[in-house]
Amino acid sequence: MLSFEPYGNPTYFALLGVALLPLMIGLLYGKRSRLYETLISIFFLVLTFGGPKWTQGVALIIYILYEVALTWGYAVYRRHKNSGPFFYVMVILAILPLTIVKVTPAVENGQSSLIGFLGVSYLTFRAVQTMMETRDGTLKDYNIMTFLQFMLFFPTISSGPIDRYRRFEADYRSVPDREKYLGMVQKGIRYIFVGFLYKFILAYYFGTMLMPKLQLMAMNSRGGFLDMSWPVIGYMYCYSADLFFDFAGYSLFAVGTSYIMGIETPMNFNQPWRSPNIKDFWNRWHITLSFWFRDFIYMRLVFWFMKHKVFKKPTTTANVTYIINMLVMGFWHGVTWYYITYGLFHGVALVVNDTWLRYKKKHRASVPHNRFTQWFAIFLTANMVCFSFLIFSGLLDKLWFQ
Amino acid sequence: MDIKATVLAILSDLTGNDVSGAMDDNLFDSGLMDSMGSVQLLLQLQSELGVNVPVSEFERSEWDTPNKIVAKVESLA
Repeated sequence: MLSFEPYGNPTYFALLGVALLPLMIGLLYGKRSRLYETLISIFFLVLTFGGPKWTQGVALIIYILYEVALTWGYAVYRRHKNSGPFFYVMVILAILPLTIVKVTPAVENGQSSLIGFLGVSYLTFRAVQTMMETRDGTLKDYNIMTFLQFMLFFPTISSGPIDRYRRFEADYRSVPDREKYLGMVQKGIRYIFVGFLYKFILAYYFGTMLMPKLQLMAMNSRGGFLDMSWPVIGYMYCYSADLFFDFAGYSLFAVGTSYIMGIETPMNFNQPWRSPNIKDFWNRWHITLSFWFRDFIYMRLVFWFMKHKVFKKPTTTANVTYIINMLVMGFWHGVTWYYITYGLFHGVALVVNDTWLRYKKKHRASVPHNRFTQWFAIFLTANMVCFSFLIFSGLLDKLWFQ
Repeated sequence: MDIKATVLAILSDLTGNDVSGAMDDNLFDSGLMDSMGSVQLLLQLQSELGVNVPVSEFERSEWDTPNKIVAKVESLA
């Protein structure tokens, strides 16, 4: 039986083109066939999770039923009552499968959990977001079918971008007018072609051609201070380029396909390498993830800390929450020392960045600001980010401990 | 005190700038506001005007200029 990584090879794109054609004609004539959309969703889900990967498919089905039960149950409960502890228990239950998947390799010598499947993180983010907005009362008309479409929307199921329930629902329940839809198709096709360039040419060059060579050279040049060597520096930039082109390329496929289906899935990258500071970097890199963390962890924790007056100064509140926020992000990547260090590094970087921004605001007259400082800021930020990706890559783990 | 004046007072307190002369400037782009400032704004609105805004109601693009914030608060008050 056929089985694919999403957007993995030309056959996948050929099938995608054929499957989307009737849907496009429908949208051009102002019609959205729910039935057809559901059928092609199931078709592509079977391609991704069926055949040799059927155990993942089973895990996905059980997981989805579990999250539907939780979110639906909570939505029904919330119409009548609003208890804090009950809400926390529900959120913990919703995160439980993901937690098990993430912790299992750390305690079982690298073995992956049986309940894991491609995309479990991204589905958990969507389910938890739905629950939190239900709690806030901003999401009042939870609907199981819409929730299923939202969770199982095949273009973004495996690695995002992470859409929001209400935003998705608004697109899903309407049909763009012809002029708008033609614009979306044009954009969608352009995104997919830029994605080809990123993923199949640039990421292939950096990740498949160059990176293994640099890794070998780095491993052979061990012995110096902290096993550092020029190949390690080369690997750092090469890995960063691969990470960016691979993930930005995938995201362009996912967004482009969504657009062609008349759904404006949010963008995941916005020229991250021109960020003048780390704070801005997180507004431009893996945007839907960092905004998810901003809205559902950072802002909520800050809100809670300030309401309960846990810290005297707002800056302390902000700093503590930055560290917690980025540590959670680190743990989410996986329970290994290098992911957690990566999170901590970014937490500290945000604290330092904020302190500097406050200083700059206060001493506006004495801090120079010109084209040179702007370029320097961009250069410094890009290099800090690449260094953090070197930690993230796990190469240091190989250099030092293997 | 009317809503507009109160909101502007909260904003100038939070940003350290008088924003009344730039009612359509994007506060996030200029770095005057960030997530932290947003939460402080929500808490101040609650304590000074009794306007309750849950965090998930805070769609950044709807709250990014002084004019938009005033209009939002007026619609919720």
